[in-house]
Amino acid sequence: MNLSLTVNGVEHSLDVPANTLLADLLRSQLRLTGTHVGCDTSQCGACTVHLDGRSVKACTVLAAQTQGRAVTTIEGIGSPDDLHPMQAAFRDCHALQCGFCTPAMILRAIELVESGSALDNRTVREGLEGNICRCTGYHNIVKAVLTAGEAMQEQAR
Amino acid sequence: MNPFNYHKPSSLAAAVALHRDAEDPAYLSGGHTLLPTMTQRLAAPSDLIDLEGLTELTGIAAQGSVLSIGAFTRHAEVAASSEVRGALPALADLAEGVGDAQVRNRGTMGGSLANSDPAADYPAAALALNAVIRTDRREIAADDYFRGLFETALAEDEVITRIDFAVPSRAAYEKFPNPASRYATVGVMVADFRGAVRVGITGAGPCACRAPAFEAALSARLAPASLDDAELPAIDFNSDLHASAEYRAHLVRVMAQRATARIAAGTD
Ligand SMILES: Cc1cc2nc3c(=O)[nH]c(=O)nc-3n(C[C@H](O)[C@H](O)[C@H](O)COP(=O)(O)OP(=O)(O)OC[C@H]3O[C@@H](n4cnc5c(N)ncnc54)[C@H](O)[C@@H]3O)c2cc1C
Ligand code: FES
Ligand code: FES
Repeated sequence: MNLSLTVNGVEHSLDVPANTLLADLLRSQLRLTGTHVGCDTSQCGACTVHLDGRSVKACTVLAAQTQGRAVTTIEGIGSPDDLHPMQAAFRDCHALQCGFCTPAMILRAIELVESGSALDNRTVREGLEGNICRCTGYHNIVKAVLTAGEAMQEQAR
Repeated sequence: MNPFNYHKPSSLAAAVALHRDAEDPAYLSGGHTLLPTMTQRLAAPSDLIDLEGLTELTGIAAQGSVLSIGAFTRHAEVAASSEVRGALPALADLAEGVGDAQVRNRGTMGGSLANSDPAADYPAAALALNAVIRTDRREIAADDYFRGLFETALAEDEVITRIDFAVPSRAAYEKFPNPASRYATVGVMVADFRGAVRVGITGAGPCACRAPAFEAALSARLAPASLDDAELPAIDFNSDLHASAEYRAHLVRVMAQRATARIAAGTD
């Protein structure tokens, strides 16, 4: 089937089989391999991307369901020379070890901050309930989100 | 995932017609139950009929004593809706506790009710809030809707369009979430309709149910202690690796008492 969507600001027009998952479209067709697939069944959150600004698990969205919509992946939010404040905070707070969960954590955390909800230890942990990390024990992830949250909310003011 | 034909009908009538003509079709709503079952190859429909964008299935409207919610409304929209917060804060709380943020950004109320997972949250609300489930062809009272494990009164090709909830004077939902999935190990909604109390229970048995003895006791006196000795509903309690039947039976009473305590304290 024919599909048009915007990924990281670039318009794409593609011909894909109907059973293509958004995660596979991003990784295999568009070669945006920062979106990871951990479980394939909506449990781990490693495949989280933004669909029209909302975080979704790309392993549980059909490419067909993104017709005419805008997708943002980790490749679209910052670059090595110009990190997004959330990326910078993850680096500064040592919020990653193997890094497998990190792109998804960052995208989910950005939506959490941008939603404008009050940020504290509890709300951040609840907000990241859909993202599993097997390495860090979460403490430094929470610290990074709180740090970046302050910086981002400061910037927005 | 096995191949299938994907359809995006532009009208409700077209959706139903596509369903009738296809070999082994399935409606697609938020996809957060259906797509994981397809990736695990537990289901392999020949045709997916996407319900997104059908106007009959969208919108939230408070009309007097009824709050009407379109079947395609996503959990996050229910949680964030000022209409729902205003008329039925207990329902907004319930929606906010479904799964995780990503699940709430996709999953829909209609999909949840159509699926009738024994551990889903909305069925408890549908029963406690005396909901009317509207479909493309009729209205079904929630009391007649839940039939068994993943079994509802819906016909194969029937589409839920809206859910009309009766607005109580006060209500509260308490669940004991499975720590991994956040599904309800047991969830109980207590709703007070000016002295007539309804209790909806999910997670406990094969499908959501009411608790007649709890309702009688709470209608006589709305206090947690009224439930100390009230009879549990006569159902086959689920037993699995998450909780034994005895533990679930215990949780039903505790969750009902916690919900009652919140109502009695006037915080809901
Ligand atoms: C990780 C995870 C955690 C979750 N945690 C919870 C939780 O804590 N509590 C909870 O309640 N749920 C939970 N869920 C389930 C989630 O709420 C689903 O979104 C919901 O059960 C199904 O809704 P859907 O819109 O995704 O439906 P879909 O997956 O699209 O469809 C489900 C079924 O219903 C049918 N259907 C869909 N819409 C209609 C309609 N309008 N009319 C007729 N048939 C229809 C479909 O054909 C399909 O058979 C969780 C899911 C995941 C993946
Ligand atoms: S790969 Fe999507 S949630 Fe695990
Ligand atoms: S850093 Fe390894 S899974 Fe999170």
